[in-house]
Amino acid sequence: MQQVISLLMENKPGALMRVTGLLSQRGYNIESLTVARTTDPTLSRMTITVDVEANIRAQVIKQMNKLINVLQATDATDGPAVNRELILLRVRTLQGTRTAVLKEAEIFGARVVDSTAEGFALEATGDSEKLDEFVDAMRSYGEIDISRSGIVSMPLDGKKLRLSAPVPLGAAPEEVLEFEEAELG
Amino acid sequence: MSSDGFVTVKSKDLDSNMATNLLSGAKILLNCLVQEGVECMFGYPGGVTLPLYDALYEHQIRHVLVRHEQNAAFAAQGYARTTGKVGVCCATSGPGATNLVTGLVDAMMDSVPIVAITGQVSNKLMGSDAFQEADTFGITRSATKHNFLVKNVADLPQIIHEAFYIAASGRPGPVLVDITKDVFQAQAHYAPVTEIHLPGYRVFSEGHVGQIRRAAQMMWEAERPFVYAGGGIIAANAHDELRELVETLDAPTVCTLMGLGVLPYDHPRFISMPGMHGSYAANMGMTHTDLIIALGVRFDDRVTGRLNAFAPHAKVIHVDVDPAEIGKNRYADLPIVGNAKKVLPKLTAALKELKPEMEGRKAGARAEWRGQIQAWKEENPLVPVRSETEIKPQHLMAEIDRLSGGRAIIASDVGQHQMWSAQLIRYNEPRLWINSGGLGSMGFGLPAAIGCQFARPDKLVFAIVGDGGFQMSIPELATIANHALPIKIIVMNNGYLGMVRQWQELFYNNRLSQVELTSFPDPEKLAGAYGFKGSTVEDVKEMPRVLEEAVRASGPYLLNVKVSSFENVFPMVPAGGALNEMVLRPPQPVEV
Repeated sequence: MQQVISLLMENKPGALMRVTGLLSQRGYNIESLTVARTTDPTLSRMTITVDVEANIRAQVIKQMNKLINVLQATDATDGPAVNRELILLRVRTLQGTRTAVLKEAEIFGARVVDSTAEGFALEATGDSEKLDEFVDAMRSYGEIDISRSGIVSMPLDGKKLRLSAPVPLGAAPEEVLEFEEAELG
Repeated sequence: MSSDGFVTVKSKDLDSNMATNLLSGAKILLNCLVQEGVECMFGYPGGVTLPLYDALYEHQIRHVLVRHEQNAAFAAQGYARTTGKVGVCCATSGPGATNLVTGLVDAMMDSVPIVAITGQVSNKLMGSDAFQEADTFGITRSATKHNFLVKNVADLPQIIHEAFYIAASGRPGPVLVDITKDVFQAQAHYAPVTEIHLPGYRVFSEGHVGQIRRAAQMMWEAERPFVYAGGGIIAANAHDELRELVETLDAPTVCTLMGLGVLPYDHPRFISMPGMHGSYAANMGMTHTDLIIALGVRFDDRVTGRLNAFAPHAKVIHVDVDPAEIGKNRYADLPIVGNAKKVLPKLTAALKELKPEMEGRKAGARAEWRGQIQAWKEENPLVPVRSETEIKPQHLMAEIDRLSGGRAIIASDVGQHQMWSAQLIRYNEPRLWINSGGLGSMGFGLPAAIGCQFARPDKLVFAIVGDGGFQMSIPELATIANHALPIKIIVMNNGYLGMVRQWQELFYNNRLSQVELTSFPDPEKLAGAYGFKGSTVEDVKEMPRVLEEAVRASGPYLLNVKVSSFENVFPMVPAGGALNEMVLRPPQPVEV
């Protein structure tokens, strides 16, 4: 089953590689991955879709949380989160079916972003299943090409982000922090 | 450190141009190392690190020139494992950096704090397949706890201090800093760093108060409590705290391969090592306990044997500084995330608080349990095999043990000799037993011993190596000779890659494929070529005397001990077997 992992991380070279490395070293194939900076330009939010066995999941998330560049990794598969995806779709269509294509696109809430004599380029967002249906529907009108963003996730739970405070250089390298039982899963 | 938390550095320690405060990146790096308390580093120079080595010329930091970069990483580990301080190694770009990789992964597996400094080609050449260019940052990503690439001299001081902080804190580990040649050469204003800010790096130390109290209750309620202590206790310097906990609960205790020495060998509650080559009592105890108190351990496959048959009757209390270790291999009924140094005293205090009320409840069962452990110990003790006609490797270990008296540093290589050294030599303090546990890197023992001897010039240091691993580290005989390090190199020479041969014998129909090591060099000539003493002993009657002479000789000594070729390590839990399915001794020949 596909797992959606949402990460908040430092916007630094190599940070992406550290996260994906944890998956590739176990031989997992990443289905989709999106990453872009947040309102704070030093931070990025990443969403990964990957098929990880249920018994390994918690372990993988814990290991991601251990990465120094990762501020927070959460499992957004079942938890409270909004998961959306964007698709850009090009459909070649004959003169006679142009109106039908536009009607169909409207049903899926898609917008026309380019129009030529050969056909249209359409843009749609939604959950992945809805976009799959959109692709199937458009395929019946002619040859298509697609580019999908992969899932972009926003966790909705109120879990407070806990960051480490600065430590004076030379201080005992131990911070007074208590691990919450709830986090142990 | 001053009271406001800022580090004050004596001006004479820092190399600076007072007028402009303008320094080269190389000098800034060395200033940062001095500030971190680095006294000694192990390395090998090269093209892009020329500016660094120029700055090191006549610098107060002692640089030990090894003969291969892999051994710089192992020596830095020997230094770190012996002292608990961060070990430092250094290599040039390309082949220098790639040669470090085994040592880094080794440090990662055994949670050893080291910082590796590597040179990288100039910024403008990066990615162009330049001479001696390798993607060190990419290659070492999974070989380190964290790694850095420095392309701008302004970032250098902060990154160096972050590297030391990450290496030493939480669960210790290796950190690599890859520095481009431009950075070494650039001139910059140097302002000492005053604080570290790593918002995503969480170090857990205190332990959950409620969990600790519940753990203490579980311990008093257990009829057959069993302490399983490991390398985490050494990393946290919590051996005294462990001892107090063990004595308060009066519970039998095993120490893992990485944890030997945290409880003195002669402590009445110490059993020995558990696992694949653990003792009968340790493995029987693990199988029959009803409560495992796991402290700084990771339920490694070499300890647990077949996981679904491991400790089938036990609940588990698991204390570890790394939350990702909790529940990784074995479900923890009661997890505590924290540093053993902080958590164990709290556990002991909770035990003492509950003692008047709870001690009596299961006292009878616990006394019986201690008796049972003692009976198992007596039933199948770890005693060295001896022979009248040949030197048994176990006999050699017993003689080394006699000379060490539980006090010498034993740096071991990997293989049969490592297991016998762990079983048969006493370690009465932590940080005496230095070995490559997790990665099992052959070639570790000799260079690690070099690091140990630099860290503790006052200590007797043995390098116990097999004839295979020794031949992987022969170049370092030059380093030993160079510094006249009085290391006693004991080659347990059975003419085979013994551990692999043992498995071929037991599990591959005795088809001994590529394990026979012929053409071992004459040790007297070999050591002589480096300017120190070496000899071979074959006669079992001579062996104790020759060994003692080697130890008493001043300076380095290479002693080649020819032991019986076909001795195997027992007890042994076959791979995939349960701990109680251990084979105790070799099959006896049947008389016909």
